[in-house]
Amino acid sequence: MDHSLIATGLRKRFGQTRALDGFDLRVAPGTVHGLLGPNGAGKSTAVRVLTTLTRLEEGTATIAGIDVRRDPAGVRSRIGLVGQAAAVDEILGGEQNLVMFGRLFGLAKRAARARASQLLEQFDLAEVGSKPVSSYSGGMRRRLDIAASLILSPSVLFLDEPTTGLDPRGRNEVWRAVRQASAAGTTVLLTTQYLEEADQLADQISVMSAGRVIADGTPDSLKSDLGADVVSVVVSDPGRLAEAAGLLGRVAGAEASVDKDARAASTRATTGSAAMVEAIRALDAAGIELDDVSLRRPTLDEVFLTLTDTDTNTKETR
Amino acid sequence: MSAIRAGWIITLRDLQHWVRQPAMPIFGIAFTIMLLLMFAFLFGGAIEIPGGGADYIGFLLPGVFTLTMLFGLENTMAAMSEDSKRGVTDRFRSMPIPSSSIVLGRAGADLLYSALSLAVLMGGGLLLGWRVETGLGQAVLAAALLLWLRFALLWLGIFLGLTFRGAGATMAIQVLVWPIGFLSSVFVSTETMPAWLGAVTQWNPVSITATAARELFGNPTGVTAGLLSTHAVLLAVVVPLAITLVFLPLSARAYRGLGK
Ligand SMILES: Nc1ncnc2c1ncn2[C@@H]1O[C@H](COP(=O)(O)OP(=O)(O)OP(=O)(O)O)[C@@H](O)[C@H]1O
Ligand SMILES: [Mg+2]
Repeated sequence: MDHSLIATGLRKRFGQTRALDGFDLRVAPGTVHGLLGPNGAGKSTAVRVLTTLTRLEEGTATIAGIDVRRDPAGVRSRIGLVGQAAAVDEILGGEQNLVMFGRLFGLAKRAARARASQLLEQFDLAEVGSKPVSSYSGGMRRRLDIAASLILSPSVLFLDEPTTGLDPRGRNEVWRAVRQASAAGTTVLLTTQYLEEADQLADQISVMSAGRVIADGTPDSLKSDLGADVVSVVVSDPGRLAEAAGLLGRVAGAEASVDKDARAASTRATTGSAAMVEAIRALDAAGIELDDVSLRRPTLDEVFLTLTDTDTNTKETR
Repeated sequence: MSAIRAGWIITLRDLQHWVRQPAMPIFGIAFTIMLLLMFAFLFGGAIEIPGGGADYIGFLLPGVFTLTMLFGLENTMAAMSEDSKRGVTDRFRSMPIPSSSIVLGRAGADLLYSALSLAVLMGGGLLLGWRVETGLGQAVLAAALLLWLRFALLWLGIFLGLTFRGAGATMAIQVLVWPIGFLSSVFVSTETMPAWLGAVTQWNPVSITATAARELFGNPTGVTAGLLSTHAVLLAVVVPLAITLVFLPLSARAYRGLGK
């Protein structure tokens, strides 16, 4: 299968900062790929390099089979970009924006108008199409931004933190827009700091830290790759929480973390349910009363923190 | 798509801005008219023009035309830095259009706006008693020289707008155009200034273009001696050309710098 996007060994420095430091990525056609990373991980730099906005120093990248460095103009005619700032004209109306961008994409006046009204309809903006964008909500602005990058039905759509700064409603609207774009066959590369967003939208996730991808996989495989289920207990007597955590840790063979406010102790256990049964026995034998016991998969947040923590730790000890 | 065509579509965007928010261009022009009236009536009687007799209006109008070209600098700079801050420039850069079209679009919109302001001010000047004492050909040449200065300042504005993107930078230019505008022959002849000041201000590009415009319109120039009295038109061609030759490459470099 030919990938829609292949990046190998990308490097980009800003002075002393290595914004990209051996960045590799493959995105399969028609999928939504989430690029997940904390502030300063290099997400925007990756997007800017791949969309030809920033010059690449080292490495190779192809979009829909076209080399980013050798044929940037060719790449530009195959992509749509929704940058970190909503790049639409504030004074013009939504429709005027789409017509202007459509004409810049080479559509004739009438075709540009037809495409604009089609997109306004598709993204639920038909009613406000003639109002100035400055009167739009954050979510509406973002949807217009996405519509503007879909005018020519690009092969790959790049979205750089499309929901940062939006309220939950705006976020849901944008999620719906991304799903629509994807359903129409566009390959999507989406950067985000929010695990929930990647979990909701992405077929594949790459976790990024310090300019490199440190883990790849589907949301589910990432969760189970870290293996361990989480066993947690809630004690009735807060005075015995430390003791409970100690026992739990000994049974699972790993250190247990303690949440004093919730009177909870939890730990990772590779053996899952067996560890839980054993923990309950041990706690019962010690006479520690429990209010609640649970066994669950780790959240993507925990996966993310574990991954980025180990990454920084190995860096420090290197 | 050709750079000219794409540039024109981007220029149209500014024209749509004027329709959507007419207050902006209207106040811009009204402001210059206010300045014109203030000087014509408040100080007009008190200002003498060497070799020009009592025709202060004739002296003042070409000066104000030139000042309008200078004030255009802030528009260019503000529009350029606003677009690159908002990400609109990045969107254009990610599209399959020649990169020069973005700058061409800006140039088209700003020159059109300045030409429009010039036409309105000329109309207002005629009402106030300003006259073209020569012929149509020379009047057209004068207008062309005024827009030629505006063209040169375009590159300075684009360079500044791309290089200094903070809100403070635009403010700084809005403040700086005042001394640059006033330390020239726009309102008073440089020959009536203290000698050292006159020597400096007569070489202000604004003074040079204003003097050339006065000469071509057949209005009093307020310049009776020196190179400027004999070669104003030539200087008004050469000086903006020099500004363009410096700042066009610099703004192209600043533009390429966006991709660094
Ligand atoms: N134009 C630039 N000049 C200098 N340093 C830069 C530039 N762009 C990015 N950097 C630096 O490169 C690193 C990666 O930045 P980048 O914007 O790609 O991160 P990010 O993952 O998008 O972060 P965020 O979530 O905050 O948007 C950061 O340390 C940043 O300070
Ligand atoms: Mg970013």
